[in-house]
Amino acid sequence: MAETTYVEAIREGLLEEMRRDESVFVMGEDIGVYGGAFKVTKGFIEEFGERRVIDTPLSESAIVGAGTGAAINGLRPVIEMQFSDFMACGFDQITNFAAKCRYRWGAAVPMVIRAPAGGGIHGGPFHSQNPEMPYVHTPGLKVVQPATAYDAKGLIKSAVRDNDPVIYLEHKHLYRKIKEELPQHKYVVPLGRAAVRREGSDLSIITYGWMVHVALEAAAQLASEAIDVEVVDLRTLVPMDREMVLTSVRKTNKAILLHEDTLTGGLAGELAGIISEHAFEYLDGPLVRIAAPDTPVPFSPPLEEAFLPNTERVLEKARWLHRY
Amino acid sequence: MSATAIASVSQEVTSDLADKLLYYMLMMRELEDRIELKLYRQGKIVGGCYTGRGQEAIPSGSAVLSRPDDYLCPSHRDMAAFLIRGMTPREVLAQYLGRVTGPTGGRDGNMHMGCARRHLLPIISSIGASIPVANGIALAMKYRGEPNVVFNYWGDGATSRGDWHEGLNFATVQKLPIVYLCNNNLYAYSTPLEKQMVVKNVADRASAYGMPAEIVDGNDVFAIFDASRRAVAHARNGLGPYLIECKTFRVSGHSAHDAADYVPQHVREEWSKKDPILRLQKDMVERGWATEQDFRQVRQGVLEEIDDAVNWALEQPFPDPATLEEGVYEVI
Repeated sequence: MAETTYVEAIREGLLEEMRRDESVFVMGEDIGVYGGAFKVTKGFIEEFGERRVIDTPLSESAIVGAGTGAAINGLRPVIEMQFSDFMACGFDQITNFAAKCRYRWGAAVPMVIRAPAGGGIHGGPFHSQNPEMPYVHTPGLKVVQPATAYDAKGLIKSAVRDNDPVIYLEHKHLYRKIKEELPQHKYVVPLGRAAVRREGSDLSIITYGWMVHVALEAAAQLASEAIDVEVVDLRTLVPMDREMVLTSVRKTNKAILLHEDTLTGGLAGELAGIISEHAFEYLDGPLVRIAAPDTPVPFSPPLEEAFLPNTERVLEKARWLHRY
Repeated sequence: MSATAIASVSQEVTSDLADKLLYYMLMMRELEDRIELKLYRQGKIVGGCYTGRGQEAIPSGSAVLSRPDDYLCPSHRDMAAFLIRGMTPREVLAQYLGRVTGPTGGRDGNMHMGCARRHLLPIISSIGASIPVANGIALAMKYRGEPNVVFNYWGDGATSRGDWHEGLNFATVQKLPIVYLCNNNLYAYSTPLEKQMVVKNVADRASAYGMPAEIVDGNDVFAIFDASRRAVAHARNGLGPYLIECKTFRVSGHSAHDAADYVPQHVREEWSKKDPILRLQKDMVERGWATEQDFRQVRQGVLEEIDDAVNWALEQPFPDPATLEEGVYEVI
């Protein structure tokens, strides 16, 4: 059976949801005839027409606002932000209005904002960022980032069906890099559940997105050094599967908190807080954060390579922590 | 169509319509006076306190045309729009007093109230942000092929926001069924119009987006009614958005704490002669529809309704702090 890429999995998930539910529609820049900058909605306009595949002006705030309004009025919009970096142009709409609707006046906003995130494609400072944290920090939003094709499909379907605004971050580097055979039957991956990607007993690496693959690569190598690493893929950052994180740390007693996002204010700090508060007495070593340095994402390949957390850095820190 | 001169008043307004408009305008005036000049000063209402004093004609003359399935997205100077959609003075006061029985249950205050069942979008405090959202509500109407219209209200200050420009452009490109009502009241907080924009009229900007627009006397409720009727018919017939600029003046400060000393005295005096309620009443007398005695009676009824609402609202419970974390997400 043919393997499905991560980007194709998102596309399939969206297609299935649009076929299933007439109230689901997609809206964004260049998503119609062009099929989107990364071709996630390629062929959609042919199947669903301009009514349900809406090409918009270059106006992120107007797009997010219109998505919110349509969601309030009974539809299930899936908004595409061409790059997650440009979600900043719709930040007010997302954080000041969409996120607060349920709390302020009990209104559901069943909207998905899809946004290609992450580096590794030489996109430079405006096309490579990992902007999850401002949204993680905004009560009312859910934040998702799949690491596998299976999850990419299952999570987009759950996101579309969810009755709260969901920020669905797609990793650009994974779009066509990873593929797998997907089940022929329909399935969803529920929001809020992490996954153990590799079981281990010596230390846990808690991570998400592209870094899941970096962690797995490091874990495979560490196995040959008799270091048994567990890799936890968060999949959903909000709501976070704290139980799975804590269960893993209580078992291995050591943890590396890894992400591609920059260090200060990154999710690793939040994870460290959760683990300290709820599993401190299980720890046999310091919590170790591995993240990008606090700089913009640089363009030139040697600079970007130095910026991105990689297998070597994980190996080095894991060996150190294992010895501790 | 570009901005036109001040529109002429229709001869088709009726005595019944005048009664209805007068009631809502008076209720808005008296309710807001009670809120700002009494309850706020007595310390019973805390936080911000924004009124639409002097601007009552705008929400009244337009929202009165809305059908139940239409959607209203008012600004913080459009109390009458809430009242016309059926929000009661009791609910409004419970909102202002932070009580659990107010439309936001104490989660938000003052004019930041909405009600999904009555198709009232709550005010978005980042002024101008309601335009894209109102568009989305209209988009859903168009998507389902409904003959409904969105009424979206904002002031001159909002027209400096990117959301305003993005939103108006989006609306014409998508040919959305929406009517924009601008209350151009000469000041955005303390910033006078000439520091907000150099074009003379907000309506002049509409042509840049291919949108029909007209300018009306914002203190003439019949003129607003007339223009709104044209605008609503345009939007309801699938011809796209329509903008009405209502020229008016913010009689009070930006909010209760603002004495508005920055407004020149002569401007105040000039506008004090143009009170929209007195103007409507004068018109009604001239047409032989009502007498001063009738107006006293209407006002008395409004005041009694407000007395009842205040007494009721003051007895309403505050929200339970134990509910603080409820309602951020859907609970499944």
